[in-house]
Amino acid sequence: MAFPRPRPARPELPRQRVQTLQCGQGAVRAARFNADGNYCLTCGSDKTLKLWNPHKGTALRTYQGHGYEVLDAAGSFDNSQICSGGADKSVALWDVTTGQVVRKYRGHAGKVNCVQFNQEATVIVSGSIDSTVRCWDCRSRRPDPIQVLDEAKDGISSVKLSAHEILTGSVDGRVRRYDLCTGQLYSDYIGSPITSVCFSKDGQCVLAASLDSTLRLLDKDTGELLGEYTGHRSTTYRLDCVLNEQDTHVGCASEDGHVYFWDLVEGSLALSLPVGQGVVQSLAFHPRLPCLLVATQGQVTLWREDTFQPEGDPS
Amino acid sequence: MAAESSDSEEEDLVSYGSALQPLEEGERIKKPVPLQEQTVKDAKGRYQRFHGAFTGGFSAGYFNTVGTKEGWTPSAFVSSRQKRADRTILGPEDFMDEEDLSEFGIAPKDITTTDDFASKAKDRIKEKARQIAGVVAPIPGTTAFDDLIGPSKITIGVELLRKMGWKEGQGIGPRVKRKPCRQKPDPTVKIYGCALPPGLSEGSEDEEDEYQPENVTFAPKDVMPVDLTPKENVHGLGYKGLDPSQALFGASGREHLNLFTGGSEETSNLLGDLRHSKGRKLGITGQAFGVGALEEEDDDIYATDTLSKYDTVLKDEEPGDGLYGWTAPKQYKSKRRPEGEIKYVGKVLAGFSLASKSSAPIKIYPPPSLPRNYRPVHHFRPVIIAGNENCHLQKALEESTGKLESDPTHQSRHALNAAQRRQQLGETELKGPAPSILEYLSEKDRERLKEVKQASEQQMKAKIVSQQSPNSRFQAASPEDATHKWRMQLGGQLVNAGSSDFKPFAKNPEKQKRYENFVRSLKQGEKGETLERFLDPNMSEWERGREHEEFFRAAIFYRSSNSTLSSRFTRAKYEDDVDKVEVPRDQENDIDDKETAVKMKMFGKLTRDKFEWHPDKLLCKRFNVRDPYPDSSVVGLPKVKRDKYSVFNFLTVPEPTTSLTQATNEKIQESSSLNKPSKKSSRWDVSDKEKEKKDSISEFISLARSKADAQQQPPVPATEKCGTGTTETLPTVVTDEDKNQEEESRRPPMDLFKAIFVSSSDEKSSSSEEESDEEQQPATSERESETTKQADISDNSSSNLQGRSVTATTDSGISSLPTSKQEDATEEFGPKLPPAFSSGRFCKHLGRKEKHRKIRERHKTKKERKRKKEKKKKHKKQKNKGKHKNKKSEKDSSSDTTDSSDSLSDMDTTGLSPKELLRR
Repeated sequence: MAFPRPRPARPELPRQRVQTLQCGQGAVRAARFNADGNYCLTCGSDKTLKLWNPHKGTALRTYQGHGYEVLDAAGSFDNSQICSGGADKSVALWDVTTGQVVRKYRGHAGKVNCVQFNQEATVIVSGSIDSTVRCWDCRSRRPDPIQVLDEAKDGISSVKLSAHEILTGSVDGRVRRYDLCTGQLYSDYIGSPITSVCFSKDGQCVLAASLDSTLRLLDKDTGELLGEYTGHRSTTYRLDCVLNEQDTHVGCASEDGHVYFWDLVEGSLALSLPVGQGVVQSLAFHPRLPCLLVATQGQVTLWREDTFQPEGDPS
Repeated sequence: MAAESSDSEEEDLVSYGSALQPLEEGERIKKPVPLQEQTVKDAKGRYQRFHGAFTGGFSAGYFNTVGTKEGWTPSAFVSSRQKRADRTILGPEDFMDEEDLSEFGIAPKDITTTDDFASKAKDRIKEKARQIAGVVAPIPGTTAFDDLIGPSKITIGVELLRKMGWKEGQGIGPRVKRKPCRQKPDPTVKIYGCALPPGLSEGSEDEEDEYQPENVTFAPKDVMPVDLTPKENVHGLGYKGLDPSQALFGASGREHLNLFTGGSEETSNLLGDLRHSKGRKLGITGQAFGVGALEEEDDDIYATDTLSKYDTVLKDEEPGDGLYGWTAPKQYKSKRRPEGEIKYVGKVLAGFSLASKSSAPIKIYPPPSLPRNYRPVHHFRPVIIAGNENCHLQKALEESTGKLESDPTHQSRHALNAAQRRQQLGETELKGPAPSILEYLSEKDRERLKEVKQASEQQMKAKIVSQQSPNSRFQAASPEDATHKWRMQLGGQLVNAGSSDFKPFAKNPEKQKRYENFVRSLKQGEKGETLERFLDPNMSEWERGREHEEFFRAAIFYRSSNSTLSSRFTRAKYEDDVDKVEVPRDQENDIDDKETAVKMKMFGKLTRDKFEWHPDKLLCKRFNVRDPYPDSSVVGLPKVKRDKYSVFNFLTVPEPTTSLTQATNEKIQESSSLNKPSKKSSRWDVSDKEKEKKDSISEFISLARSKADAQQQPPVPATEKCGTGTTETLPTVVTDEDKNQEEESRRPPMDLFKAIFVSSSDEKSSSSEEESDEEQQPATSERESETTKQADISDNSSSNLQGRSVTATTDSGISSLPTSKQEDATEEFGPKLPPAFSSGRFCKHLGRKEKHRKIRERHKTKKERKRKKEKKKKHKKQKNKGKHKNKKSEKDSSSDTTDSSDSLSDMDTTGLSPKELLRR
């Protein structure tokens, strides 16, 4: 993009609401940016999945084919495919242009909470409340997963992938990291049910949100606690946590209708963004811009930094 | 055209074909009509019409009607004096369409050559007939003129062939090279079956002798079509019947023909045919009366048929060929056959030749010669029923039939078993499981057993003989006799009666011993009296008798079941160890100490478990990662086999823990957390730190942390317990759940609770009694009183929870729900999904509904929590009891999901210093 690299000065946080998407698909269970952040996916509780251009506020396509609520979705690196998981216990692989289900992977015994593509979109990793993580092959036609990671004692609430790692957060209060390179499983005990995990951009830290209203930043290699962030409210629901595009701040959704941002190093609350009255269900941070996607109730809002000028409003 | 006009100066250009019409400006190129839309029309543009009314077809007349567009109009008859109506005779043409009159119609009007004037060159037979007629005609050679003026009507096929270079009289096909020297067929070669006659198979030989230069090819020979006239009569093959002309003209005709065949072979083929047909023509046309110009010899044509020419007497030998008008081919008439050969009288079919050898005579098999005393009468023997009592009658009958059954071993076939039948049939024994133990014995042992068996049988026989005394009838029920009876039934197979594993009297070891001895002796063939001694001498006679019988029965039962069952089962190939089960080798160990570590924020080594984990090979491939364990076939966590029924598979046995002193650490964290949220200048304001942004976060953070630690490094001693945190409200009085949750997250330090509850013992609920057990337990730490207080606190909080769950239905001003609705809440594990519309901003009633559900769920989780809590307490109770027992603490193995509330209950394990924890 043409945006200049931000000066080493203070990084911007999204404070300004620039778009509101009325999704019209019931509760929006998840809002996700695609790989380059130009588009987004919203997962509705009315069994649909929608593709948007959030910057212009236009709906591009609706994907129908799930049997129940869609709970998570992810786009492939080349924007050609979408994977999604839903409460119908299935993981679906979609073709973006045709809008058809390419494949459906059945095997989970419960709701599929989270899905992720690997880097080359050859494997879909899905986590479910049946306490398993399943790795599905997109290349071959085999109907059963490549591998089932059933080490968790309770439901999987979040899955993230790096180039060679699978990071899972489970309700049994553990963050597990499966390293394919070294063939090791690291299991970090947090205690409280994990709602969301994510890698930092530099790949050295792991952020875990748990139901004790705390975000914890752990060192990936040693498991040591690097930071702890509190102030929001997360006791009941599965809420997302994010890191901003430069790893300077951590953000988390809250049940009080706000999105909180903390300084990553200092742990001080940097921003409390009032989004709405209801629970903020899902968060997604743009991969390169200070741009935040917030799903609350039936709508999705896009937030930009203060200095952002909605350039001429093209549409 | 365009090319010509443009290049007019270049006149020597040659242009082929016609140029396309030049495209006009703005004109669109016409699309070619696709094939399926192309329709055929006749010359007048009528659609799909090729046929007239008379030639039929799908479109005849005017749109399948006769007449015109106006319909069929009858012509009016008009006749006047001046203008008489002439009678019109309508021919078929008057009703025809023009298509019928066209070239391909039924009555073409074009001038065509008819068959009469067509060229007859193609029809050889007709041509021949015509030439013959010309020869025979009064003026010979007239027909030659026909050829001069004959118009040619030849078919298109012939014309095409001609254009391809075919000439009449040639065969069709590529030109062939003829072999210079034709091999004559070897006369010694035998021809079986349907060999072609030599003339037909090789073609005419008269062309062979010519000089044939190289590279000269010839057209293939023309093939005469095979005559395929079907056989319509019921005569034999080749039968022709009496030729009336031959019969009528008799010998004269024959002689006449003989003359021709004998003499003028050099005449043309054409005339040969003529001569052959001449005899026929004699009587019919009258044309050939008299002697023809080409005939040398006059025939006695006026001879009358006299009876003298007929035979009136049957003779042995006929001077002629004896055919008398049979129309055999000439060669058979003329040639004499060697003597002794079976003469075939009659015409040999075309394509067949007579066999040179007579076939071998059919062998006749005579009927079997009957025995001398055979009488062709069958007598039925009277059937003797085996169970017939009257043996005298039976014997008499048998004698009368003359067939005394002398062989007693000859039994009914139904009495035989499979082995006996097999022996009789001479089959080999089936390979399979050995039917009895006998098979496993060595040869020597078997021999010995057989000897023993025979000895016992002889003994038995002797016994029976001796007991055929008059008292035998009365002693039938005696045990001795029963022994024999049983023995007879058991036979030699009793030796199979197992000794080892069948224990029918295992409950009574004495009896079992007796039974084993009994069986052993029985196997050795001992007699009844000796068997008796194994029975209990203390028993009464009747009891002994009963036991005796019982043992026999048991022995029989065991034997039969053993031998019959053993043949049906095979041994297992693989030993299945039923009492082993696969369990993961490494398991995440107990969470109790982890929990304490978490509480102390001692993340890192304490909270981390590291396992060997084997990713699937395909997964590595898909992730473009080298397989870390290329040689292993394990996927996932490596597993080990453990005892299936071991308790340790289901309990994760924790290490013994001592009560910990956690207060100090708690304090540190608390103070740090209190310090942290204080507003201080952000790091982004500091300009000199901006350089560090490039560093990784972990470095950055560790730096910051070390700074922070330096600030609050002096560890707060336990003496200043009561100092901090007094501003916090008491959690017991808070009823709002959400608030409570928040307060749980940042709870006041232990000292506060201690300060409050140190004297209030009435707070102890019924559930605190097990905590009092813990009080009695000798704690390793020096501060026993503190642990009890902590227990108090945890107990308190649990009672808080209970109170909360009760009050939760009424909190936040929302109307309570009937508790019966809790059951219909759907499955909920872990964190729930947020409601769709909570505040009713979009639609009020929906939001309300959602809220209700939310409350319900909350309620439910609370209940669950409560249940868990109680469970936990129970565990603790057991645990404490266990501690009492062996002074060893056993952790409960429940690895259930720990809510934040669970942490409260685990306070009892606090009290260990972090250093101790780290040392472990």
